[in-house]
Amino acid sequence: MDLTVTDLAIARGGIPVLAHVSFALRPGRALVLRGPNGIGKTTLLRTIAGLQPPLAGKIGLPAEDIAYAGHADGIKATLSVTENLRFWARIFGTGDIAPALAAMDLEGLALRAAHSLSAGQKRRLGLARLLVTGRRFWLLDEPTVSLDAASVALFATAVRAHLAGGGAALMATHIDLGIEEAEVLDLTPFRASPTAPAPGGFEEAFA
Amino acid sequence: MIALLSRDIALAFRAGGGFGLSLAFFLIVTVLVPFGVGPEGGMLARIAPGVLWVGALLACLLSLDRIFALDHEDGTLDLLATAPIPLETVTATKALVHWLTTGLPLTLAAPVLGILLNLPAKGFFWLTLSLALGTPALSMIGAFGAALTVGLKRGGLLLSLLVLPLYIPTLIFGAECARRGAEGLATSTPVLMLLGITLGSVALLPFAAAAAIRVNLR
Repeated sequence: MDLTVTDLAIARGGIPVLAHVSFALRPGRALVLRGPNGIGKTTLLRTIAGLQPPLAGKIGLPAEDIAYAGHADGIKATLSVTENLRFWARIFGTGDIAPALAAMDLEGLALRAAHSLSAGQKRRLGLARLLVTGRRFWLLDEPTVSLDAASVALFATAVRAHLAGGGAALMATHIDLGIEEAEVLDLTPFRASPTAPAPGGFEEAFA
Repeated sequence: MIALLSRDIALAFRAGGGFGLSLAFFLIVTVLVPFGVGPEGGMLARIAPGVLWVGALLACLLSLDRIFALDHEDGTLDLLATAPIPLETVTATKALVHWLTTGLPLTLAAPVLGILLNLPAKGFFWLTLSLALGTPALSMIGAFGAALTVGLKRGGLLLSLLVLPLYIPTLIFGAECARRGAEGLATSTPVLMLLGITLGSVALLPFAAAAAIRVNLR
């Protein structure tokens, strides 16, 4: 099943940011969202993940097929790397965390408490979480922030393996990962006029 | 659900988890009261059920803002909202963890502190029973309040203001049950009312808390 987005309009803080966004993402492909800061990349990803409702339009994929990774990694500082990862594996009902540890080169850190990790190592742990979700559609918000070149390559390899296994990835990123299957969607043409009132917003209730 | 339960209990016992803070607060409040009202035994025995209930309630309040705020800060709440377990289960589990790490220890400590306040011998059973029946409602109502204020910076005071009025029925029937028990009167009415409040909260508030979180995550 594809991820299809039809004529989507979204708002952040009650102000419309994007309108008439349409695209489709097939399994095995990746789509990179581009656009200047504040255009609504994060809002678009959160809307598709089901964390907020769209103003208009349709998202043709159940939220149960999606794994979302935002700016924050959801890591508990007092738990070890293994405990953090095993928790998410149990929540998502998948068993083995060893492949995810190996893919993100975390084996040497497995027993370290998460508060002693560097920012880049935390990010790698956050990305390893995606691997244990067992979900096909990855929504990635700036996945490469604070990663060094070697870790970016590691991440690109993991994404490629995921795509080869029938998965798909929708990511907002400013750097080139060197993934051949990736298409680029520039969001700038979809910018909504900020003066247009959001239909059904708070303004309506107070009118 | 069991994964979340065991992780949150583990977190509560690790450094900075806050386990024991409520208990220490409860101890201090109860120890302070005899200094404040004087050492006269009859007076202490009369106010003991009420003081213990108010102390337990305030101790419970102390740890409420941790229920969701920490998970919201580090992004866990976003990820849990997109995870396969329903958000209603998450809120119910969080309230259960709060009760296990706060309400249950308070209930177990209350009889010991009752000695300090010269609680009559008949009262110990009813005090423990009323706390055991009432503290789950305190945790669940508190989880709902925490869900309402989850996105707010320094929402702790607002949380207290929201939750304290909602605690009043639980406090009235809980303290009444303990007081009537201590004086040897019939307790079935306050026990049933307390049980009703707890069961109602546990049945309805996970849904309200989940709805509040969904709105706050937008």
